[in-house]
Amino acid sequence: MSIPALSAHELMALMNAGKASKEEIAAAYFERARGLNSKTHAFLRLEAAPEFPAATSVTLPLPIAMKDNICVKNRLTTCASKILDGFRPPYDACVVEKIKASGGVIIGSANMDEFAFGSSTETSSYGITRNPWDLERVPGGSSGGSATAVAAGQAVWALGSDTGGSIRQPAAFCGIVGMKPTYGRVSRYGLIAFGSSLDQIGPLTQDVTDCAMLLNIIAGYDRRDSTSVDKPVPDYTQALVRDVKGLRIGIPKEYFIDGMQPAVEKSVREAIEVLKKQGAVVKELSLPHTEYAVATYYIVATAEASSNLARFDGVQYGLRVVPDKTRKSPLVDMYEATREQGFGDEAKRRIMLGTYVLSSGYYDAYYLRAQKVRTLIKRDFEQAFGEVDVILSPTAPTTAFKVGEKLADPLAMYLSDIFTIPANLAGIPALSLPCGFDDNHLPVGLQLMARPFDEETLLRVAFSYEQATAWYLRRAVL
Amino acid sequence: MIDKKTVYYVAALARLRIEDAEAERFARNLDDILQYIDKLNKLDVDGVRPTSHVLAVENVYRDDKVLPSLSPEEAFSFAVEQHERHYKVPKVIE
Amino acid sequence: MVSAPGGLMSQTGNMDFETVIGLEVHLQLKTQTKIFCGCRNVFGSEANANVCPVCLGLPGSLPVLNRQVLLDGIKVGLALNCDINRFVKFDRKNYYYPDLPKGYQISQYDFPIAKKGWLEFPCEGRSKRVGITRAHLEEDAGKLIHDDRLNCTLVDYNRTGTPLVEIVSEPDMHSPQEAYDYLTALKLTLSYLNVSDCDMEKGSLRCDANVSIRPVGQTKLGTKAELKNMNSFSAVKRAVEHEVERQTRLVLSGGQVVQETLLWDDAQSITVPMRSKEDAHDYRYFPEPDLVPFTLTAAEVESVQIGLPELPSAKLGRIRQSYGINEYDATILIQDRSLADFFEDCARLYSDYKNICNWINVAVLKEIRSRKVGLADLPLKPETLAALIQRVDDGTISNLVGKDILSGLVDSGKSVDTVIAEQGLAQISDDAALEKVLDEVIAANPKTVAEVKAGKTAAMGFFVGQAMKKMQGKANPKKLNEMLTRRFQNG
Repeated sequence: MSIPALSAHELMALMNAGKASKEEIAAAYFERARGLNSKTHAFLRLEAAPEFPAATSVTLPLPIAMKDNICVKNRLTTCASKILDGFRPPYDACVVEKIKASGGVIIGSANMDEFAFGSSTETSSYGITRNPWDLERVPGGSSGGSATAVAAGQAVWALGSDTGGSIRQPAAFCGIVGMKPTYGRVSRYGLIAFGSSLDQIGPLTQDVTDCAMLLNIIAGYDRRDSTSVDKPVPDYTQALVRDVKGLRIGIPKEYFIDGMQPAVEKSVREAIEVLKKQGAVVKELSLPHTEYAVATYYIVATAEASSNLARFDGVQYGLRVVPDKTRKSPLVDMYEATREQGFGDEAKRRIMLGTYVLSSGYYDAYYLRAQKVRTLIKRDFEQAFGEVDVILSPTAPTTAFKVGEKLADPLAMYLSDIFTIPANLAGIPALSLPCGFDDNHLPVGLQLMARPFDEETLLRVAFSYEQATAWYLRRAVL
Repeated sequence: MIDKKTVYYVAALARLRIEDAEAERFARNLDDILQYIDKLNKLDVDGVRPTSHVLAVENVYRDDKVLPSLSPEEAFSFAVEQHERHYKVPKVIE
Repeated sequence: MVSAPGGLMSQTGNMDFETVIGLEVHLQLKTQTKIFCGCRNVFGSEANANVCPVCLGLPGSLPVLNRQVLLDGIKVGLALNCDINRFVKFDRKNYYYPDLPKGYQISQYDFPIAKKGWLEFPCEGRSKRVGITRAHLEEDAGKLIHDDRLNCTLVDYNRTGTPLVEIVSEPDMHSPQEAYDYLTALKLTLSYLNVSDCDMEKGSLRCDANVSIRPVGQTKLGTKAELKNMNSFSAVKRAVEHEVERQTRLVLSGGQVVQETLLWDDAQSITVPMRSKEDAHDYRYFPEPDLVPFTLTAAEVESVQIGLPELPSAKLGRIRQSYGINEYDATILIQDRSLADFFEDCARLYSDYKNICNWINVAVLKEIRSRKVGLADLPLKPETLAALIQRVDDGTISNLVGKDILSGLVDSGKSVDTVIAEQGLAQISDDAALEKVLDEVIAANPKTVAEVKAGKTAAMGFFVGQAMKKMQGKANPKKLNEMLTRRFQNG
């Protein structure tokens, strides 16, 4: 039989009813993933055949796409960078262990912006990924491959990573659900770091129910990650109830800016009305330091990245370039030639920016100041959450833009993360879900943010909205 | 103002080799971004504590107990070049 | 300002220079596992046997602090009279070198575990106090082996992630000898803490020196050179001497000292500028995001304080006072914490403290040195030594025999009395037997008898020797002497 592209919970229902086996489901997805990949290029690499892990407790034996910055034992893991060419980690990331333990089948490595440096998946060293809703447009980024795989039905669901919006923005551009959990909710062990104090792994799924199911698998304390938090993990599917009565939803006025695409604002305003109708109490509020978030982020994230990427030097693993003629010393030449050829432009730009803001004489003016502004941004949220339970905004100021449109203007690209960055700086959980389409039939994303470790409220609001509308049922046609 | 000299200094610190033609472009890119970042100077941050860890988690330790190391096969499975259980690199001049 | 007593004053023409030395000591902690991962922390394993994704700095790996390292760091800080920072954090120090797999070292920058301490020690006949600026925790780097035949460098990451305490002194030393004495005293104090092997040969204790000179009277510090690659305390002394001479000569000939790192070549007694790290001084420190901060309670610090052993200087004073041991002997005893403990254990069993001290500092130390072991590995119980000394005291065996059998006692583990009996070593103190032998040797040597009677009393020793010979060395020499004196006095 042919298995249609269904959500995880629908597939589980089929399986539990004896109408499909995990092997049949895997085979169907593997075939579709391969068949569509020449169109979307969601995957950098596809597994040859499904490999069902010797799982400890098989609960969700479904095909999953893994972003290429999450270590899978003995499998190429490259961050879409040439510098990690040929690198096969000798260990599984914590989330991969958990996926395997639950019976999950890794279908392949999803494309991404090189080292997650980007918002369009165009900085991948191995070619761009295309948006399933319009192949001339970007899928967003940096988890563009993960989002595309899910939206195109090339995977049941996917894992991505989010440092400044890298799960939520591509989820919005591709019309699916993406969540960045609270910093510390999911172990970062085995996630190749970009901005260590901001990075978080999270699910990209077809609907809110799947999001809760996948979060159930990956959340939890890990003794190998000092920044993961030892807090009990609730059953997130219990939060999937249609009830927002009396729930206080805040609308930050700074998130409705000039230059925002009118269709985005219209869809988000309509979504607010839907929630109001269900009994939510909506109030406008202010997050006064929002306009400083992007600047703060580009200091903190690039500083951390410049240090995190120092290990890619050709010494142990990955790419090594040894020039014929040495200029300084064989070793320094190897470092420089390897890094020159191994990193793309955006990686070099961010490494240089991060190096600059940490360098002697500039630390206080840039890095220290940014850390202080980070405190102010975090305080904005703490104050807001004294008044409301959830903050609602657009996920991105526009829908998916055209391939190449912003590539030449790094700053314009950075500004496309303007609404997603604050949640990373504050460490709070945030989720994007579809809330409409623009005139070009491109999906619009609605962002919800909540208090630290209150993923349940996010899921409850998202589920209530999702069930009251039908946006999530629309599929890209390829 | 970021000039080419600064680009070269920073590139050297970061072990990046930048060609002359690229230096100007990188200088311009970085300058744009730094000018944008400059808006942070509008804020008064006197007395504000810096945030380096976003959650108030402290004192995460490990007990002093031995855990398995990688086997030699694993430890060299990803090595670019090796020689008799050592990672091999071009000569270091001290 | 006059240079401190004992300071090296290079007097040339009308310019006098003062030497200023600060020392950075790296101490490897002997925890079971590395500082940020569970790999074994041992010296001498096969290359790259103790490595994992964390200490190899593989992409995606994350550090977790070994709690014992923090406790040992507090211990070192307290022993050096430092303030312990109750808020501790780690920072990244960024630089490139193939022995540093992450491209940064996890270290401590602005909140080290300990700061503002001091160490006081005897130096050239007076007491010298050197300030301790700070002690911080960090990870060690790997080991590079330069292979000329293959024209490459080989890297062993076993040492990567070994916990280190870096102890930074104030620039309070003004002569190579002061630097040497500081290091000796520091090593002694650290060895009492039982947190490190403190072995320079194995690299568990390493020392870099910052050396500068300045005209006498100038308060501003001169430009310093950093000396590395000294493999013993005496090499530190020689390197510093050489560097002071070099700087003095340079300045007098109109030159200027530049800040640089120099490698000491002990064989040739020269320093060579280090080429590879010269552009790496912009370390771009920033808080390590992968490790959370640590706060220590007063109770935690106090419990480490309570657990501290008595430190060498305190022990020296107490042993001198409680047992009446002179400074020289007491100083030998405290060079090894277990030796001093051994002494005190013996002192509970035997009350002539001075005598025990002599036995330990001569005979026991000889056993330790000839066997090249520590006292802990010498199977000698305080009870055995005390019993041995008592048998010498009560005349059962001579002093000489006592020293002779010590080695056998250590090897066999038998009791003193058993060895004396088995080997028939007991002295003959029986009056009748001794008198009989004396009768014989006196009768056989009339000429010597005459000499003694003529006042040459020293010749009595001849009779003692003869009697000893006849009794295979077992005669009690004290008794023989007494008997001879009595005989010749009487007649």
